[in-house]
Amino acid sequence: MKAVVSTFPRSHVAAAEAGAAGDNYLTHAHGIRSWLFTIDHKRIGVMYLVSILAAFLLGGIFAILVRTELLTPGPTIVSADNYNRFFTLHGAIMVFLVIIPGIPAALGNFVLPIMLGAKDLAFPRLNLFSYHLWVLGALLAVLAIVTGSVDTGWTFYVPYATTTGMGGVVPVLLGAFVLGFSSIFTGLNFIVTIHKLRPPGMTWFRLPLFLWALYATAVIQILATPVLGVTVLLLIVERVLGLGIFQPGLGGDPVLYQHFFWFYSHPAVYIMILPAMGIVSEIVSVFSRKHIFGYHFIAFSSIAIALFGFFVWGHHMFVSGQSNLVTTIFSLLTYSVSIPSAVKVFNWLATMHGGSISLRTPMLYTLAFIFIFGIGGLTGLFLGALAANVHLHDTYFVVAHFHYVMMGGTLIAMIAGIHYWWPKMTGRMYSERLGQLSFAAVFLGFNLTFFPQFIMGSHGMPRRYYNYPPQFEFLHQLSTVGSYLMTVGFVLIAVYLLHSLFAGRRAPANPWGGATLEWHCASPPPAHNFDEPPPAGDPYDFNDLEYDARIGGYVYGTRPVAADSEPT
Amino acid sequence: MSTSRPADSSAGAPAPHLQHHFTSPAQQFESVVLGMWLFLATEILLFGGLFCAYAVYRANHPEIFEYAHVYLSKSLGAVNTAILLVSSFTMASAVWAAQQSRARLLRIMLALTIACGLGFLGIKYVEYKHKWHEGLLWGKLYRPQHEAAPFSAHHAFEHGQTPPAAPTSAPGDTDVSWVFTPGDTGPRGLLAPGDTTPLVSPEPKVHNVQLFFGVYFALTGLHAVHVLAGLVLLGWTLWRAALGHFSAAYFTPVAMVGLYWHVVDLIWIYLFPLLYLIH
Ligand SMILES: [Cu+2]
Repeated sequence: MKAVVSTFPRSHVAAAEAGAAGDNYLTHAHGIRSWLFTIDHKRIGVMYLVSILAAFLLGGIFAILVRTELLTPGPTIVSADNYNRFFTLHGAIMVFLVIIPGIPAALGNFVLPIMLGAKDLAFPRLNLFSYHLWVLGALLAVLAIVTGSVDTGWTFYVPYATTTGMGGVVPVLLGAFVLGFSSIFTGLNFIVTIHKLRPPGMTWFRLPLFLWALYATAVIQILATPVLGVTVLLLIVERVLGLGIFQPGLGGDPVLYQHFFWFYSHPAVYIMILPAMGIVSEIVSVFSRKHIFGYHFIAFSSIAIALFGFFVWGHHMFVSGQSNLVTTIFSLLTYSVSIPSAVKVFNWLATMHGGSISLRTPMLYTLAFIFIFGIGGLTGLFLGALAANVHLHDTYFVVAHFHYVMMGGTLIAMIAGIHYWWPKMTGRMYSERLGQLSFAAVFLGFNLTFFPQFIMGSHGMPRRYYNYPPQFEFLHQLSTVGSYLMTVGFVLIAVYLLHSLFAGRRAPANPWGGATLEWHCASPPPAHNFDEPPPAGDPYDFNDLEYDARIGGYVYGTRPVAADSEPT
Repeated sequence: MSTSRPADSSAGAPAPHLQHHFTSPAQQFESVVLGMWLFLATEILLFGGLFCAYAVYRANHPEIFEYAHVYLSKSLGAVNTAILLVSSFTMASAVWAAQQSRARLLRIMLALTIACGLGFLGIKYVEYKHKWHEGLLWGKLYRPQHEAAPFSAHHAFEHGQTPPAAPTSAPGDTDVSWVFTPGDTGPRGLLAPGDTTPLVSPEPKVHNVQLFFGVYFALTGLHAVHVLAGLVLLGWTLWRAALGHFSAAYFTPVAMVGLYWHVVDLIWIYLFPLLYLIH
């Protein structure tokens, strides 16, 4: 292979430094319309981030209301009906508006083309359209709250969802349908971009692992989401016109609904967790100053998880009357997914082993992810085991398990990613000390909230109940206190990140010493990312990066970069 | 259908339709084609859920499907199948005409495709209207008005009348709906082996016929929505063709609408035998 020796590093970084003060994507155009109708992937990513965080605030308020209600047995602050509404809205908003689009649509949109060395996604207008669909979906969710709300639980199980008198069911289902298409178009855009817009030299095995993760995620988005689309469509028709397909009174089969729903919603778990794992793969390597261990294993385990994930949905239905044979098969297949997941965890640990680890905020959150995801993944095995599942089914054990995976996994990785790319997105550095403090509050608060729920669940406390026997009171109160502590952590994050926008130190092009291409352009990046894409090399080769105290960031050293090496 | 690339303009000459983030018209065209195929895959998966529901109910209750499908008009279904096949041909010709820069032929072929689509929806309307009048609808609205339909037959018998004649529109249906074997209503153990003497029963043995019509309306309704969307796209393409936007150098929208139309046709090719031609 021809060694492409580049003169790029020094001159380019110098240009990037100069560019930081000049024209960038934030200053390129002005006015609210230049944001709402932009086709720049970076601006769309920022809009997604702001909108998703707003939805997170809304879903978080419902979570706090639910936890506060559970402080004491019996009525505490709201009626039982309102309690049902609150946990339903909390779940639906967090799943469909926050966690599923969170990492791909916000962070993925921003960094994917830059990491690739492209000027934009393949279909910029489709990208804007999928953002507008997201907004429409969010408005429908708000409409659902206004028109009488929903109390079905986020899973909308029939026949309850077709018979409950709450007026918000149809709007919220329409919202889920619209959000599904928003997700599909994002995935479609990512797949085409990664296939067709890689510049010469950016081979598949020079792709940063975050892009492998986004690619695998996009495959699931394309293959699973249409099934959710048709399912909620049928549910709407069922509710409005009495179609009968899911309605036992009309000869239909409600378990069929569960099959359809989980055929999407189990793979959706991997839509949530795969991009999170991608972020972790980036951060672990950069903050250990060490080449990622087992690049190919991590890349292919993303694809393996995406594919295996399609064959395990029945594990949500072990007590729904499936045949024993089917149940056993689903249980076995569920265990198989833990293999590629464990492959990733061991590779991250091996990457850190012997590295020089710097415990900056993104790395702290990443370590939190590995710890929490470890617990979330292992308790998933308890639930995948048939006998244990019957005991733990629909208890707080399940609630704790999926919060360890979805919140402790996806959301904390998203927070890590926000801290990691914040200097790139905004051109500002946040307070490292407050960042570490927020980590402490979130990490302790999270475990205090959800670990007691494992104990409650294994003692038989059912999920979604308004009332409970006094013996659970102490654990419920621990959990609620934990949720308040976590809230303090999130508010702290919001405060210091917003503060950094106005008073933060200007960020250098490469504050952390990353070797992926987004660190090669200025912070914030220029409107078209690159005039010429920088030559793609090994995305985890940090040997030539040196810390320059004058600019507070990393620059390439004297040795020219050879662009012919692939990750080993 | 054609996915051949547009003629590459000579190097250096600016291509008017090339967006800034692509390096060549060929790269742009390939990206659009890949994106379109992925979108069509999601469309097929959208129908996939319904096909799945069809398969589950047909496997669990074959008698419903055997009994109810005769109420669909095979001839109208066949005519509609023929219409869509012809429209696929005219659509392919339209794409070819665009590639050859034959503007007039392109407009004619697009107009013919639109006419076929409208004809299809017209016939679909006639079928739906017929079902509506007979009350052969889904779940909650299933109120068969036809004298031969199971609900009214049962009703009439209760009032001391003789069961009405077999439905004229459903030849051969009598055996299915009016006979049963004793074992079907009681525990299997009560039926002597080999004793399958059919008894005439006042009770039609096929229950939950509305399931078939639920599946029928869900599948054909979703398909009709897609035909409607295709017609809107075709209208837009025809309008742009009339403005002279397409030529051998740029025909991407025609090719993409063509792909979409073929997939919509293809789905009908599966729907027709699955719903109308059950044995
Ligand atoms: Cu699952």
